Amino acid sequence: MPPINNEPAERHTLSLLVDNEPGVLARIVGLFSGRGYNIDSLTVSEVSHDSRRSRITVVTTGAPMIIEQIKSQLDRLVPVHRVVDLTVTGKAVERELALIKVRGKGEIRQEALLIADSFRARTVDTTLESFVFEITGKPEKIDQFVSLLEPLGLVEVSRTGVAAIGRGPDSM
Amino acid sequence: MMREMTGAEMVMQALIDQGVEHMFGYPGGAVLPIYDAMFHQNQVKHVLVRHEQGAVHMAEGYARSSGKAGVVLVTSGPGATNAVTGLTDALLDSIPVVCITGQVPTHLIGSDAFQECDTVGITRPCTKHNYLVRDVNDLARVLHEAFYVAQNGRPGPVVVDIPKDVQFAKGIYVGPENIQHKTYQPKLRGDDEKIRAAVELLAKAKKPIFYTGGGVINSGPEASRLLREFARLSGYPVTSTLMGLGAYPASDKQWLGMLGMHGTYEANMAMHDCDVMLCVGARFDDRITGRLDAFSPGSKKIHIDIDPSSINKNVKVDIPIIGDVKHVLEDMLTTWRGMKAEPDRRAIASWWGEIDRWRARKSLSYAKSPDVIKPQYAIERLYHAVKDKDVYITTEVGQHQMWAAQHFHFEEPNRWMTSGGLGTMGYGLPAAIGAQVAHPESLVIDIAGEASIQMCLQELSTALQFNLPVKIFVLNNEYMGMVRQWQDLLHGGRYSHSYSESLPDFVKLAEAYGGVGIRCSRPGDLDAAIQEMLKADRPVLFDCIVDQKENCLPMIPSGKPHNEMILPDHPEGLDEAISEEGKIMV
Repeated sequence: MPPINNEPAERHTLSLLVDNEPGVLARIVGLFSGRGYNIDSLTVSEVSHDSRRSRITVVTTGAPMIIEQIKSQLDRLVPVHRVVDLTVTGKAVERELALIKVRGKGEIRQEALLIADSFRARTVDTTLESFVFEITGKPEKIDQFVSLLEPLGLVEVSRTGVAAIGRGPDSM
Repeated sequence: MMREMTGAEMVMQALIDQGVEHMFGYPGGAVLPIYDAMFHQNQVKHVLVRHEQGAVHMAEGYARSSGKAGVVLVTSGPGATNAVTGLTDALLDSIPVVCITGQVPTHLIGSDAFQECDTVGITRPCTKHNYLVRDVNDLARVLHEAFYVAQNGRPGPVVVDIPKDVQFAKGIYVGPENIQHKTYQPKLRGDDEKIRAAVELLAKAKKPIFYTGGGVINSGPEASRLLREFARLSGYPVTSTLMGLGAYPASDKQWLGMLGMHGTYEANMAMHDCDVMLCVGARFDDRITGRLDAFSPGSKKIHIDIDPSSINKNVKVDIPIIGDVKHVLEDMLTTWRGMKAEPDRRAIASWWGEIDRWRARKSLSYAKSPDVIKPQYAIERLYHAVKDKDVYITTEVGQHQMWAAQHFHFEEPNRWMTSGGLGTMGYGLPAAIGAQVAHPESLVIDIAGEASIQMCLQELSTALQFNLPVKIFVLNNEYMGMVRQWQDLLHGGRYSHSYSESLPDFVKLAEAYGGVGIRCSRPGDLDAAIQEMLKADRPVLFDCIVDQKENCLPMIPSGKPHNEMILPDHPEGLDEAISEEGKIMV
C-alpha cells in the first residue's frame, strides 16, 4: 500500500502546559509510544507552584499530517491545557544545557580547554586529569561541541533536552 | 451540599446525585466498604455480573440504548484487569462509562500486595481519562468530574481508582453543582465561516452524499432528527457506518444502506464517485475507506466531528468543522435556509439514476434454500417478526454481526448496539442485558454466533437472576465464520482452528441456566420457532442451525478501493481477490 502521506518529515518543537498531577507525563509519553510518534527530546518541570502547572517541551519529527495529529491527540488529553507549536508560531528561543566530561593530560587537555573557551562553555569541575564543562545553547551548537571533544578524551555527556519559549511579549 | 461522610458513602451519594439508577458490578476485598454503603440505600440498583468484562459491556449496552452514562463497580487487581477489554471497547466506540475500581490501601500501593495492580497505569491508554484518588477530600469532586468527562465532548470510559483506606476515611462531600472541569471544555458550536463554506459546497454539489456515523447517535436524538430534516430538504442520499445505523431510517428512499467492507454496492459506489461528501460524526475508519489512496478520489470532503484529532487522521478533508453534530447540523440548516439554497435538481436526479443502477445489482441478495437455513434468511425472518415491536438489537462479532447490519433494518437511533471499533466477541449478551435493564418492558435480542456467544455466556446467569428476558439468537454454523472466510481469502481454505469443535448442546445449556432453549434447523420451521422465542417471558437461547459454508458478501477485499467489491452474483475468485499488499491488512 503506498503511504498516504509522503510529504517529507519535519522537526517541530511543541510547548505544552499541563496540570502537574501524577501520571501526566506517563500519559504524554504513552501517547507517543502507543501511536508510534517520535520523541527527539522531552523536558518537563513545574512552572507555577500555585496553580500546579508544568510545562513540557517536546521535540518531534513527522510528516505535516502526523504533526497535526500529534497536536490534536495531545490537546484532547484531559490534563493538557494548551498545546503550542513553536515551530509554526515563529522563531522561538530554544536552549539546551549539557554537562560534558573529558579526561586527558598535557596537550589534549589544553586543546579541550581552548575549544571550551571558544564555545563559551564553563568549567564546573576540574581534577588533574579531567574537566566537566557546562554549555548552554541550541542543540546543534552542543552537537558540534561534543563532536569536537570526541578525540580529546570525551568520557560522557548529559543533556537536558530542549527548553523553548516564543519570542515577543506574549505568553503561549 | 456539603457534609461529612466516608469515602464509600461519597461514592453512593455521588452516584445518586448524578442520577444513576443502575450499576453493574462484582464485589471483592478492595470494594467491600462501597458495597456496604450500597447496602444502606435503595436508590441505585446494582446488577451482579458473573465476570467484570460483562459488567462493562452491560454498562455500554445500557449507555448506548438510553443515552445515559453506564456505571461499573469492580474490585482491585483481577477485577480491574478483567474490565480492560470492556473499557477499550467503550473507548473505541465512544461510549460514556464510569468505572469505579477498588485499590489496595494507599500504604500498600507499590508493594505487590494481594490483588494489587497498577490500575491507572494499565487503563491509561484504554480510557478517556483516569484517576487514582489518594485523599478522601478529592473524592467527590473527582467522581463528579468523571461523569462530566465521560459524557462531554467525545464520550468515553473514565476510571476512578479508590484505595480501600480512602473508602473508610471521612471527608467532606460536595455535590455536583458547580463542578465543571477546569480545562476540559469541548467546543460544541462549529465555526460559522466553515459552516457557510460547507453549505455553499453542498448546495452546488452534483453528486453529493451524507456519510454518517456513531457521532450522530452520541449527539442525541435531536441530531438524528436534524439529519433527517437536512436529508429531506436537500434530497441527497444517506449512508452510514456500522456504528451509526438507526440515525437515519432504513425504510426511507434516500437510504443507501451501510457502507464499508460489508456495506452495500450502492453505498460504496456512491462514496467512490461522489463530488461532495458530508461526513457527519464518523472517522474514516479502515473498515470504511478501503484502500486509502483510492478512497473517493474526486470528492470535496466536509467533516463534522467533536474530536479535533479525528480530523485529517486518515483522510485529508477540505472543510473540517469541529463541533457537536446536533449544534453543527442546526447551524447548517439555518444557513441553508437563510441562503435559500436550491440543490441542482437535474444533477441530483441524474445522480439518483446512477445510484438506482447500482441498487439494481442487489448486492445483499443470496441464494435461498428449501433445505437449509441461510443465515441471511434467518435475520430477515427475525426482522419481519419483530420490526413492529419495541426492539433493541445487540450483536457479537463476526459474520452474524455483518448479516445483522445488512438484513435487520433500523428506523430509530439507540436501537442497535454492536462492538464496532474493537470488534469484541462476547459483547452482545452482556450489552443486551444492559439494554434490558434500561428498557425492562422492551424486546432485547442479541444476534450471536455460536463461537462469540461462548465468550461471555456466563452472563446468562445474570439475566436469570434479575429477570431480564433477553433473547439470544445464535446463528450456528459451527465455524468462526469470519475467520474461516478470511482463511478462504488469504490462506487457501486451510481452516486452521476455525471449526467450532465440541460445541455444547445449547438447548440443554439454556435449560441448565434456567432459561429456555430452542433449536431450529429447517427453513420451514423458522417462523414458528421465532414466535415461540418471542412468547417466552424468560431468557431464551435460540440455536439456529444455518448453512455452514455461507460467506458474508458483498465485500471490499482488504487493500481494495470501494469500486472493486466482490458481489454475491460473482463470488468466484474469492481466494484471488486480495493482493499481496492487501494481505497484511486485517
